[in-house]
Amino acid sequence: MNVSAAAASANDVGRGAATMSSGQTVVSARGLSLVFDTNDGPVNALADIDLDVGKGEFVSFIGPSGCGKTTFLRVIADLEKPTAGTISVNGMTPQQAREKRAYGYVFQAAGLFPWRTIERNVTLPLEIMGYSRAERAERLHRTLELVNLTGFEKKFPWQLSGGMQQRASIARALAFDADLLLMDEPFGALDEIVRDHLNSQLLELWARTTKTICFVTHSIPEAVYLSTKIVVMSPRPGRVTDVIQSTLPKERPLDIRETPEFLEIAHRVRDGLRAGHSYED
Amino acid sequence: MRHLAWQSVLALVLCLAGAAMLPLADAVSALPFTVGQTAAVELLLLASVFVSVSGINPLGGAIFLFLAVHIAAFTLVGGIAGNEGGARLSFFLLLAAAWLLAWRLNVLISGLKAGSRGARNFQRLIVPTLFGVWILILWEGITRGAGVPFVLLPPPTSIAVRFANSLPILGADLVQTVFKAVVAGYVIGCGAGFIVAILADRVPFLRKGMLPIGNVVSALPIIGIAPIMVMWFGFDWPSKAAVVVVMTFFPMLVNTVAGLAASGHMERDLMRTYASNYWQTLFKLRLPAAAPFIFNALKINSTLALIGAIVAEFFGTPIVGMGFRISTEVGRMNIDMVWAEIAVAAIAGSIFYGVVALVERAVTFWHPSVRGG
Amino acid sequence: MDSFRDKIVPVSVIVAAILVVWYVAAIFMNAPYQRELNARAHVTPDLGAFIGQTWAQRKPTLPAPHQIAENFFKNTFLVKITSRRSLVYNSWVTLSSTMAGFASGTLLGILIAVGIVHVPVLDRSLMPWIIASQTIPILAIAPMVVVVFAAIGITGLIPKALISTYLSFFPVAVGMVKGLRSPDILHLDLMHTYNASKVQAFWKLRVPASMPFLFTSMKVAVAASLVGAIVAELPTGAVAGIGAKLLAGSYYSQTIDMWSALVAGSVVAVLLVATVGVVGRFVELRMGARP
Ligand SMILES: Nc1ncnc2c1ncn2[C@@H]1O[C@H](COP(=O)(O)OP(=O)(O)OP(=O)(O)O)[C@@H](O)[C@H]1O
Ligand SMILES: [Mg+2]
Repeated sequence: MNVSAAAASANDVGRGAATMSSGQTVVSARGLSLVFDTNDGPVNALADIDLDVGKGEFVSFIGPSGCGKTTFLRVIADLEKPTAGTISVNGMTPQQAREKRAYGYVFQAAGLFPWRTIERNVTLPLEIMGYSRAERAERLHRTLELVNLTGFEKKFPWQLSGGMQQRASIARALAFDADLLLMDEPFGALDEIVRDHLNSQLLELWARTTKTICFVTHSIPEAVYLSTKIVVMSPRPGRVTDVIQSTLPKERPLDIRETPEFLEIAHRVRDGLRAGHSYED
Repeated sequence: MRHLAWQSVLALVLCLAGAAMLPLADAVSALPFTVGQTAAVELLLLASVFVSVSGINPLGGAIFLFLAVHIAAFTLVGGIAGNEGGARLSFFLLLAAAWLLAWRLNVLISGLKAGSRGARNFQRLIVPTLFGVWILILWEGITRGAGVPFVLLPPPTSIAVRFANSLPILGADLVQTVFKAVVAGYVIGCGAGFIVAILADRVPFLRKGMLPIGNVVSALPIIGIAPIMVMWFGFDWPSKAAVVVVMTFFPMLVNTVAGLAASGHMERDLMRTYASNYWQTLFKLRLPAAAPFIFNALKINSTLALIGAIVAEFFGTPIVGMGFRISTEVGRMNIDMVWAEIAVAAIAGSIFYGVVALVERAVTFWHPSVRGG
Repeated sequence: MDSFRDKIVPVSVIVAAILVVWYVAAIFMNAPYQRELNARAHVTPDLGAFIGQTWAQRKPTLPAPHQIAENFFKNTFLVKITSRRSLVYNSWVTLSSTMAGFASGTLLGILIAVGIVHVPVLDRSLMPWIIASQTIPILAIAPMVVVVFAAIGITGLIPKALISTYLSFFPVAVGMVKGLRSPDILHLDLMHTYNASKVQAFWKLRVPASMPFLFTSMKVAVAASLVGAIVAELPTGAVAGIGAKLLAGSYYSQTIDMWSALVAGSVVAVLLVATVGVVGRFVELRMGARP
């Protein structure tokens, strides 16, 4: 990893985990609800969600399948419309934020276009947003370096491994300067080792930039390892049952996962998940 | 090791029976087979039978079999020329024996383990080629041997001679039918289908109405409008092009509409997060994703266009064109000329299709069906 | 109700729009001839009457829809079925050779497909030709087949059915090969673990899996059969059948007759494809497809 060397020097933003919620909120939901009208009747995907995400935070959403994590992210991204309540992104409606290209979205699958090379996949949003050719080349270079894919510009997606494809899709989301990164189980389909690797890379990336990240996951260790704040959700109807502020330091080597502090937080998350479950039984 | 193949056994029986009933043919006009030729054919076939069951070096055996069987076959077919109708039973028995051995040869070649990529491709090519060649050999041998009347089914060699002697006429017909009517109609029909599909995509109401209509019309015998188009646009190529336009329009419309719906939800959501506008999404996502469907229509249409233009010419043309030639030469019982024209149509059709398929490979190289994933 | 909003309304609106365009086009396309007629007869009708005239010519360039409908109705229901003019009679002539050809073509296609799937040499030698022959305009041989058969004294249904057979054989063979090869490796392996014989695997796995492919290709094949039968009727010198009607219409410029023959051909096509579709659906239901 050539990133690790750079990380230390780039890490001058000075955000400790403790000094997290530094004023500005990026996402703010109040009484947010969303009901899907399906053929089998209405589905309460989100019910009465209140949540704030501060600038520079790394927020993980965790909860059992179907509890509305994806839906919440999609509401932030203006891919779904809430049926009640309000939500603002950077102080605007989600639609305005989307039109201002305020966030990058990483889907569970890489979703690269098979007819474009890695290079042209990463520059796709730049083409759409009308960046100049020179600017595109410069950003391409920068983002590919960030995700460690330099040298693969001319390859097609199907010539890359799953992990590399996922990194390319992260590069695609980073290519334009969105302050907010929405990631829906980006590493869900990858094996544990690749996942560890990408996790630490993601942390370094976050530390080097000033981005806010909303991250959906099914894995408790992943959530605890990455986040400054963990949002525990429960299904039917989808609600937030717990919000846990992480006390872990900003510097997080992989073996931090064996420390008592880490296990303590993980324990709290697990309890939160259990509570959510027993609620419905 | 290897058990006796039935083709070889049957070939042996036919060889012996054929030998018992010599000579091969009665003289009709030219001198039929010499003793030397007859003996050579018998010996080559018997040797082939032996080689095909002996299981010696498979590659060497296949090469010997290939040479022996084809020399025998060409001696048989060549010797009967000029003695049409003079063949006796033994001629057909030996021809059948040679054919069975060629079949056996094909089985052997299919069974060979090709080492390199080139060898595998060669293997994949040689088997169907042999099959095709043998259709021609049997066709030639039977029509000449049994003296099938020329007006019913001329032998391939006389079709080839006719072909070679009529190149200017065939060329003129090709230009009239393919380079004028088909190309013009194909370009306009496919282009119009494509543009209407984009429009229909833009206006959901139009799409909902057009799609069922397009699907129904695709199944109708549209070719029937040919006489009407001839009335409207005259005898020359524009009326044929008009038929082609109508025939190619609907497959293009239906396929493009289906293709435009083919891009994934996730990809479309992605474009939405970029606040990409309709045209950006169309050109960067949906049209590339629709390319396999569009090329499917282009391929279907390549054949339809030729059919449309040729059949439309049955209803009246100036005195040139493939369909015109076929219908008039059929009337004059010049069946060899008809076959020559059909050969031109077949060649033109496969080249047309081949070109579209090559472009498709170049454009949709990323699609799993093309990259073999 | 959804299908009403999503299909019937848009389709009816577009059909209505086509009819309107048709009527307007008929005015303009028939106007020059009508003016000529009126000039010869020294009459000058007002605009309304003139439009009425363009919609009521005996041999219009473009007949108005109601003229075609009238002609179609008359020749279908009012004329005796045995009459040469009856569309029912002519459709039946075409339909019978279509169905004979389609049935034998489908049978042949299925047999060849079974052969190709089970005999590697056939696969290697025949399959490339079957695929290649789909790229060539086979229909061009139709006149020759008809005339050659006539030369040896065979006319009527057989040569036409032969062309239909030829045309319907290719799509069925290709579709059926695809279908018989469609079962997953997983399912084939499953049959293998049961120690099922080739025949059992064929009937219990390959055949059911191939049904959707078979019926899809049969729809293509039946449409091709009909086209084959119609085109085969062209060179026979206009005896009977939809193709013959078309040809006779074009000789005598009976445009209305031609259009109603076209309508008859379309009705036959829709009925044939729909029948194949219904049979296919029925077979799939019998085999436990979800309704
Ligand atoms: N488009 C839709 N139409 C109808 N119901 C939907 C739709 N999308 C999601 N739902 C329902 O909303 C609920 C929440 O779905 P969501 O995808 O947000 O869950 P999730 O927490 O992301 O689950 P997972 O962990 O499995 O991805 C589920 O009950 C789901 O069935
Ligand atoms: Mg989800």
